[in-house]
Amino acid sequence: MIEIDAGPLKTRELNDQLRDMMLAGIQKVVIRNVCGQRYIGTRLYSPDHRKMEIEIFGTPGNDLAAFLYGHRITVHGNAQDGVGNTMDQGEVVVEGRAGDVLGFSMRGGRIFVRDNCGYRTALHMKEYEDKLPVLVIGGTSQDFLGEYMAGGIVILLDLYGKGHKGNFMGTGMHGGAIYLRGVVEKEQVGSQVEISPLDKLDREILDRYVSEFVERFPDLCLSKEEILKDEFVKLAPKSKRPYSKIYAY
Amino acid sequence: MKSFVFPEFEITRDEEKCGQCRGCERQCSFGTHTYDPLTDRLISDDYKCAGCQRCVIFCPKDAIVVRPTQSFYRPNASWSREKMDDLKKQAETGGVILTGCGNDKPFRIYWDHIVLNASQVTNPSIDPLREPMELRTFLGAKPDLMDISTTNGDVEIKTEISPNLMVETPILFSAMSYGAISYNAFRSLATAARQSGTFFNTGEGGLPKEMRQEFGKCAIVQVASGRFGIDAEYLNCASAVEIKVGQGAKPGIGGHLPGEKVSLEVAATRMIPVGTDAISPAPHHDIYSIEDLSMLITALKEATNYEKPISVKIAAVHNFAAIGSGIVRAGADIIAIDGLRGGTGAAPKVIRDNVGIPIELAISALDRRLKNEGIRNRCSIIAAGGIRCSADVIKAIALGADAVYIGSAALIAMGCTLCQKCYTGKCNWGICTQDPRLSGRLNVDIASQRLTNLIHAWSHEISEMLGGMGINALESLRGNRDHLRGVGLYEWEMDVLGIKGAGE
Repeated sequence: MIEIDAGPLKTRELNDQLRDMMLAGIQKVVIRNVCGQRYIGTRLYSPDHRKMEIEIFGTPGNDLAAFLYGHRITVHGNAQDGVGNTMDQGEVVVEGRAGDVLGFSMRGGRIFVRDNCGYRTALHMKEYEDKLPVLVIGGTSQDFLGEYMAGGIVILLDLYGKGHKGNFMGTGMHGGAIYLRGVVEKEQVGSQVEISPLDKLDREILDRYVSEFVERFPDLCLSKEEILKDEFVKLAPKSKRPYSKIYAY
Repeated sequence: MKSFVFPEFEITRDEEKCGQCRGCERQCSFGTHTYDPLTDRLISDDYKCAGCQRCVIFCPKDAIVVRPTQSFYRPNASWSREKMDDLKKQAETGGVILTGCGNDKPFRIYWDHIVLNASQVTNPSIDPLREPMELRTFLGAKPDLMDISTTNGDVEIKTEISPNLMVETPILFSAMSYGAISYNAFRSLATAARQSGTFFNTGEGGLPKEMRQEFGKCAIVQVASGRFGIDAEYLNCASAVEIKVGQGAKPGIGGHLPGEKVSLEVAATRMIPVGTDAISPAPHHDIYSIEDLSMLITALKEATNYEKPISVKIAAVHNFAAIGSGIVRAGADIIAIDGLRGGTGAAPKVIRDNVGIPIELAISALDRRLKNEGIRNRCSIIAAGGIRCSADVIKAIALGADAVYIGSAALIAMGCTLCQKCYTGKCNWGICTQDPRLSGRLNVDIASQRLTNLIHAWSHEISEMLGGMGINALESLRGNRDHLRGVGLYEWEMDVLGIKGAGE
């Protein structure tokens, strides 16, 4: 394990160091005093698919884990906007809150956020075969959650009792599923979205990913059962082809 | 509901010549021709004809003629037949009129109102058959100053040089995605780009894994609002990355590849489930400002280790030059601008025919703006949308472009007849289809050879025109509007183009 003091480093310098370490075969890095440096994890592509584990102390800047290619990142603190932008595989754990456009166009891997997240979360998230992105939020999100969503799983646990206040959830949604602990009004979701109770398969999905969430945040002292005993609703698209009937030929 | 729309084309078959071979029946994916065994004759249904001329060209007896139907409506300058028929289609379906290819309306084509210069007596012209002509072009940011040091006769460049694309000729293939076009068409473009020392653009449909090793070096990969088929390997295998913000055929709106076209292979390349709609939202939802764009540009530079130039493609619209300035300041190495006549595989007709500005005006406006701001060297300009011949290319460069993208021209080289039915997925020429029976008609060896021939022919013509002007390097013509004159243009048009009138 190697430590980097990010205090004096600019974004590019920090990412230069991370890349050099990956190429040198280092598998675990701790970065301290992170303060707004962007794109951490983005420059870690190698043709032989090397994987790193990165622990961040401080507040990483925008686009943390953008285009992430299989690495594991833990943030001991809050994250800013664009976490997991177009992420392909890997895992991000945020021990705090995340900003706007979290998990945008994500197509694989997992993101766990302990607290709340901002606007435009999980926009156009998609899936393909074994690439199934999963985003679990301990709190809730603001407006435009899951807009244009085409695949993947989003879970909002509302552990801090704020209730889901976001509007325009799932507008244009045509794939994937959003699970919310608690309730949402019909007015809060897009017209393409169906609100339904959970079936057995949904329960299995929730069981699996809520366990993973609880494991990642032991400090919350929560049990999976405690969370799962409450009411959940599922948001899913009414049609996988919402735009199939708008054209004249 | 009984349709009140006339057939667009009428088919005449010379019964004397027709040998009843049924070739036309096999050639037409729209089901226009059918064989009637009772009369031993072929019958054509005008209503089904797309006017693509496949049957005409492949009839071994030259027995078929397909021509636009004579207008049956009373002539009316306001209510053209197209307007009335489109309106009827909408009354019958309640839908948006979809179309393909570029804007076909009679907007002024400035290329045809601009003439080139040639040397006479002074500054003698150069014969490209005798003397070397430099068409090689570097696309990307150039430094403000070049700091060099010389030790013992060895020159060392101290300035950090941005990554540039080297093209042997200033013609690149425009973004056309696998999904919109067939695998064979896509591969033909890639093959021809490699043979010609230029680049093809993947569009936003991804780059099939088996092509990455072979064609990555001549590929510009696109990142569009749908973010399809993007992973770090896709970005890193290419020579450049292009952020697609807009397209000349449909500025301001998104795209949507219908589920019918999302075959197993297209799904694998885009990394989406088979048969689902591939929806590209109108904006990138992570880009709502120049600062956001700067962030994506930098994210892509990070993702590719600062080794590749990043291009941003926008449609030419009102005030786009100011946006262009913002794009350069956001860190883009290349700006691709796509004009009013840019093509598409599918777009609402109302958008295609009414939104955007002509590319000729756009090139000049952007070049001038960037020069006035002193940042022209920080990016290259690739112009697209309506480049039809080598003269258009050279005029684009004299107006200020570094290179051009050709889309429709490349498709025409492969066989496209601009029938505008790309969105049906039934292209009889095997270009704009995912039906293996149809795409198999396009032979990659032949199609890529046709494309290579085109690039070769145009490059030679460009050399000839350059030589005629007494110039031996394309670099010397870039933005050199003194070599252009306008014919039949208004004052304001010449002002925007930055050219004088002929005779001046």
